Amino acid sequence: MSSTATTAPAQEALPKVKADRLPWLLVPLLALAALPLTGSFSTWITLTFAGLAMGMIIFIMASGLTLVFGLMDVLNFGHGVFITLGAFLAVSVLGRMAGWTESERLALNLAAVLPTLLVAMAITGAVGMVFERVLIRPVYGEPLKQIMITMGGMIVGQELIKVIWGPQAIPLPLPAALRGSLLMGEAAVEKYRLIAVVVGLAVFGLMSWVLSQTKVGLLIRAGVQDREMVESLGYRVRRLFVGVFVAGSALAGLGGVMWGLYQQTVTPEIGGVMNVALFTVIIIGGLGSVSGCFVGALLVGLVGNYAGFLAPKVALFSDILLMVAILSWRPRGLYSLVKS
Amino acid sequence: MTPGWLLSGDLPRSRVLAALLVLIAAGLFLAPFVFPGAKAINVAAKICIFIVLVASFDLLLGYTGIVSFAHTMFFGIGAYGAAIALNLMGPTWKAVAAGLGAALAVSLALSLVIGLFSLRVKAIFYAMITLAVATAFQTLASQLSDFTGGEDGLSFKVPQVLSPSFSLRDTPFLGVDLNGKLICYYLLAAAMVVLFLIMLRIVNSPFGRVLQAIRENPFRAEALGYRTVVYRTASNVLSAGFATLAGVMLALWLRYNGPDTSLSFEIMMYLLLMVVIGGMGTMYGAVVGTTLFLMAENYLQDLLKLASGAASGVPFLRDVVHPDRWLLWLGLLFILSVYRFPAGIVGKLRAGRGAP
Repeated sequence: MSSTATTAPAQEALPKVKADRLPWLLVPLLALAALPLTGSFSTWITLTFAGLAMGMIIFIMASGLTLVFGLMDVLNFGHGVFITLGAFLAVSVLGRMAGWTESERLALNLAAVLPTLLVAMAITGAVGMVFERVLIRPVYGEPLKQIMITMGGMIVGQELIKVIWGPQAIPLPLPAALRGSLLMGEAAVEKYRLIAVVVGLAVFGLMSWVLSQTKVGLLIRAGVQDREMVESLGYRVRRLFVGVFVAGSALAGLGGVMWGLYQQTVTPEIGGVMNVALFTVIIIGGLGSVSGCFVGALLVGLVGNYAGFLAPKVALFSDILLMVAILSWRPRGLYSLVKS
Repeated sequence: MTPGWLLSGDLPRSRVLAALLVLIAAGLFLAPFVFPGAKAINVAAKICIFIVLVASFDLLLGYTGIVSFAHTMFFGIGAYGAAIALNLMGPTWKAVAAGLGAALAVSLALSLVIGLFSLRVKAIFYAMITLAVATAFQTLASQLSDFTGGEDGLSFKVPQVLSPSFSLRDTPFLGVDLNGKLICYYLLAAAMVVLFLIMLRIVNSPFGRVLQAIRENPFRAEALGYRTVVYRTASNVLSAGFATLAGVMLALWLRYNGPDTSLSFEIMMYLLLMVVIGGMGTMYGAVVGTTLFLMAENYLQDLLKLASGAASGVPFLRDVVHPDRWLLWLGLLFILSVYRFPAGIVGKLRAGRGAP
């Protein structure tokens, strides 16, 4: 009798996790809802593309933040520094390749931009490793100190950036072939925004693939769900965490390059002012969730652009209003993974 | 009336610290006479205002263990309350009282709502929520330009007695003009002393003990029968109230208020630095930290100018000791404080004397 009772559960198939696709629907629903409000179809296309591009860049910047939090309960208030660093590295690297960026040929332009992205990611990743080792590691498990130490890291990092590049704003022109717009019928879509959407999708695709198909991804997801359990199975979550932190910093650097090119000017505050938007996005998405972060970022980008067109005053508060709306629907964000 | 009673039994417990406090107090009270010039008295007034502000933040961060990024919001509400009232009603004491009352009411209500709704969540979420609320408030203040003067801020007149044109006597006393500015300074200094002593009283009361118990172990405090949410909210409301008063003091001194002077995130970071460098969970830390930080802000640059001149030949070093990079050095001191001496300068001084 007892033997059947113990073996019975093993024979049952594992319960299928029901995929929760509802939040994904929000993005097209929001876009459709905005269509009658914007008046003309071409304006709508332009706004939607601008919103998606901004959302993609925000996603690139925020994705590392949410994973780092999910895995180790570390909220990095200094994340903005990596964005700033990425943007300034873009200034330095692209500035050296003026011959290629000023050329009208797309191939040469891309040949200049691609190494810039790689260099920025490599350097911000390396700095992230130092940041984790020197600042964050000594204060694991002490949230109060973590908040303060990462804040201090941001102050010092920002000042060091001013030491190296100076405190003034530096122009960062787009490569020649990426300037201007494409005409899609009546609607004008800036070329750079298209590129931002493509890069964003690529990053999201790659991240989803790593998280869902590889062993490292499995461990990361398991670690986010229950760190102690993964540790007790013999995996070194801390080592994994360092990897995630470095990847997150590198992504912030990539986001910084993209954001700097989007703004076409780089200031030492460029990353710090993004902090609030990034926190909003990861709260909307549900802390620790990459797909939530992606949907959240797209929503923030779209709502920001629609509101900016329809009611500029409201746009200043659109992030917060969106957050309140989402949290009153799902109090823990779109996808909640972390136990509060 | 022994000093023990006045200080609520919380003595400095370190000779060096006591000497330092006496030095700061003497310096502040004699500042207009000992250090001539407009810059010195401005720094001294700012120290008085920020001691109240930093002590009120310490009540929240150091004693209750809550990280809030909305503290400057309450500071700003105080400053805007006084500014708007004085702007609308003219330079009368009635206007100051009305502004103070209205600002306090807004601050207390807002802090109560924020506290009740969000103090149940983990520290990190609270930090994020307050950051978002404070950012929204700052945007709101700069957008309601009919009311707040927008980005330009508001300039206004203060009651006659406090304005620089008012004079007590025609001849200078000890080489200092006895004008309204001086009266205003001493009003701020007196307010600072009174408010500081009240806060010292609060943290050393049974109520203050409960706050510290919650900081050390909220779960256990709850188990002992204290409703932690109620106590945390009370701490939040109290510190918001004192921050509002500091804001009114700032408005009276500057006769101007704008988003950058009282609401900016920069001030919030400075507050954090002052509390931590001085010593969290000690009211005296607020005094020491504030004085050190504001002296550094105003005078470290002069020192760095010398160093920078000396290092002008060395490329990197020259930039690191550039006068505008004073914050870099304080940021490093801040990080060092969090690691090496979490109880700050005051904790270090007290520990040097042996455990109390």
